[in-house]
Amino acid sequence: MSPGRVVGGLFLAVLVAGPFLPLGVTREYTIHVAVQVLIWSFIGGAWSLMGRFGLVSLGHGAFLGLGAYTSTLLWNFYGLTPWLGAVVAVALTGVFALIVAYPCSRFQVIGHYFGLVTLAVGEVIRLLIIAERNWTGGSLGVSVRSAVGDSAWAIQFADKRVFYYGALVLWLGGLWVWHRLDRSMARSAMEAIGEDETAAASVGIHVSRFKMAITVLSAALTALGGVAYAQYIAYVNPDTLSGIGVSLRIVFAVVLGGMYSLLGPTVGTALTIALGEALRIGFGLKFIGMAETIYGLLLVIFIIFLPSGIYGSIRDAIRRRAAGAPGPPARQASTSRA
Amino acid sequence: MIDPIFIAEAAVNGILLGGILALLALGLNLIFGVIDIVWIAYVDLVMLCMYAMYFLVQVYGWPVWAAGLVSLVLGAVLGVGVHLLIITPILGSPPVNQLLATGGLLFFIQSFATFLWTTDHKSVRLSLPSYEVAGIFLPAGRIIPFAISIVAMVALYLFLTRTYMGTAIRAVSQDRDAMRLMGANPQRVYIVTSAVGGLMAGLAGALLIFQYSVHPFFGGQFGPLTFMICVLGGLGNMVGAFIASFIMSEIISVSGVLWSTEMGYVIAFVVFIVMIFARPGGIMAKRQ
Repeated sequence: MSPGRVVGGLFLAVLVAGPFLPLGVTREYTIHVAVQVLIWSFIGGAWSLMGRFGLVSLGHGAFLGLGAYTSTLLWNFYGLTPWLGAVVAVALTGVFALIVAYPCSRFQVIGHYFGLVTLAVGEVIRLLIIAERNWTGGSLGVSVRSAVGDSAWAIQFADKRVFYYGALVLWLGGLWVWHRLDRSMARSAMEAIGEDETAAASVGIHVSRFKMAITVLSAALTALGGVAYAQYIAYVNPDTLSGIGVSLRIVFAVVLGGMYSLLGPTVGTALTIALGEALRIGFGLKFIGMAETIYGLLLVIFIIFLPSGIYGSIRDAIRRRAAGAPGPPARQASTSRA
Repeated sequence: MIDPIFIAEAAVNGILLGGILALLALGLNLIFGVIDIVWIAYVDLVMLCMYAMYFLVQVYGWPVWAAGLVSLVLGAVLGVGVHLLIITPILGSPPVNQLLATGGLLFFIQSFATFLWTTDHKSVRLSLPSYEVAGIFLPAGRIIPFAISIVAMVALYLFLTRTYMGTAIRAVSQDRDAMRLMGANPQRVYIVTSAVGGLMAGLAGALLIFQYSVHPFFGGQFGPLTFMICVLGGLGNMVGAFIASFIMSEIISVSGVLWSTEMGYVIAFVVFIVMIFARPGGIMAKRQ
């Protein structure tokens, strides 16, 4: 076994045993933060499936909100179990993503333009949620109707550890999808498309089919993450689950960690959440806004000085040292524009 | 059935809103077209200038024109500052990182404003007369900024077409590599562009404070719309952005009355998405 695998195995063992470690009074809080890190890492990983191939979406909030609201409203109004609600949410979001992705690939909308189209899509979903306030609760959001006691049918549990293990499985599933894609032929095809669509098409790659497939996959996983988050927090709000704010937060976390590596999104998400929590605890209610100010400042500094992400940079440095010679230059996102 | 007078009033309000949007889009579009970077935080710079106006006029009792001059200078300084501190180091980075660096700036400005001035809405009220023309109310407080913004746009147009620096700016926006080969210094052009773009933000801030109350999340209200207008008009195309502002403002204003405010924005965004597919080069571009 390679040293990397040993470290990975130990890390996983700690994660599995985590909720039973003696953490004293901070246990509930630690588990709460861990669940959030796992769910948002999963969503960040779903985003990076597209982002690493130059499809920089600034509207993943649309998929997140669509997923979370679909399962929540189906449960609140029709009593449909979130297990089935998640299936409906993922299917609906997949279809929606297809409707967005088809014209984007048909008309070769890439680069800045792709970012702005997805940004508009994210805003459209957020505004529709607010406009349909009779049953979505508008900008006040809506709570997931509570079941009586613990219920596997409603996916509601008083014990956070249940959610922790659910989120852990979800996160591992996300990593598995990422790994499978990374090892597949589709990855080479998508990289070629990200570099130059015309050249890719000329060697026989079906450009629009690949782009649509990766978009639908990414959107579907994001919707699943949205359902998971809604079930855990038991409250959905258009501003925390849709629109520009959340879409940018997802992208930030991933770019901070590095979107070209398996664990990059996780490292980035864990760091941003940890930073946010540390600043929130450090400043408390004394200086409202100070925590986010430092957060924003650090983001700018990180993006200027560590452009390939923290995890990506560290990994590249270790590999270079291990190889004993300068390694291949870090992969850069394609700079093609429409 | 909705009384036609309401629709007419909405259409007039749409024109007035269009003037504001055009002013916001103008500076951003200049930067967008020349430096080819989306300043996500552009409207947040406008917000800072609005705060400056609020404090100078409402709190310290300065005359409006003096405060307006300060706002213009502040805008220009902020523009150059953003360019030198944030944009210059990442000029060669992938577009994602450029987008995100200014996005980080957006978080920073929003939160710092919350920290300094809380989330209270602050506004400056001037008592100006209101005119009634054919049953439609036209407040002077909206007409004067509209007129000033039209003058500013003409001035910017003349600067870009009639002066040496303006010609250099347009040259860079057409082909930055050729410009470098000609021995010109793009950095100087970038700094002037950022300063002019910032000046426009300062002007927008000075005019907007009389119509909208300012709060730390003001940027979210107009930011997305402003980018979309720039793209709809064609990047760097001043006339296109001008027309696009009025198309968007009319859609928002009229469908806001016919349906609801949110649906007005939804329709405007959907029009934007469809237009990107139909006319990727903007409304003024010829179809390829």
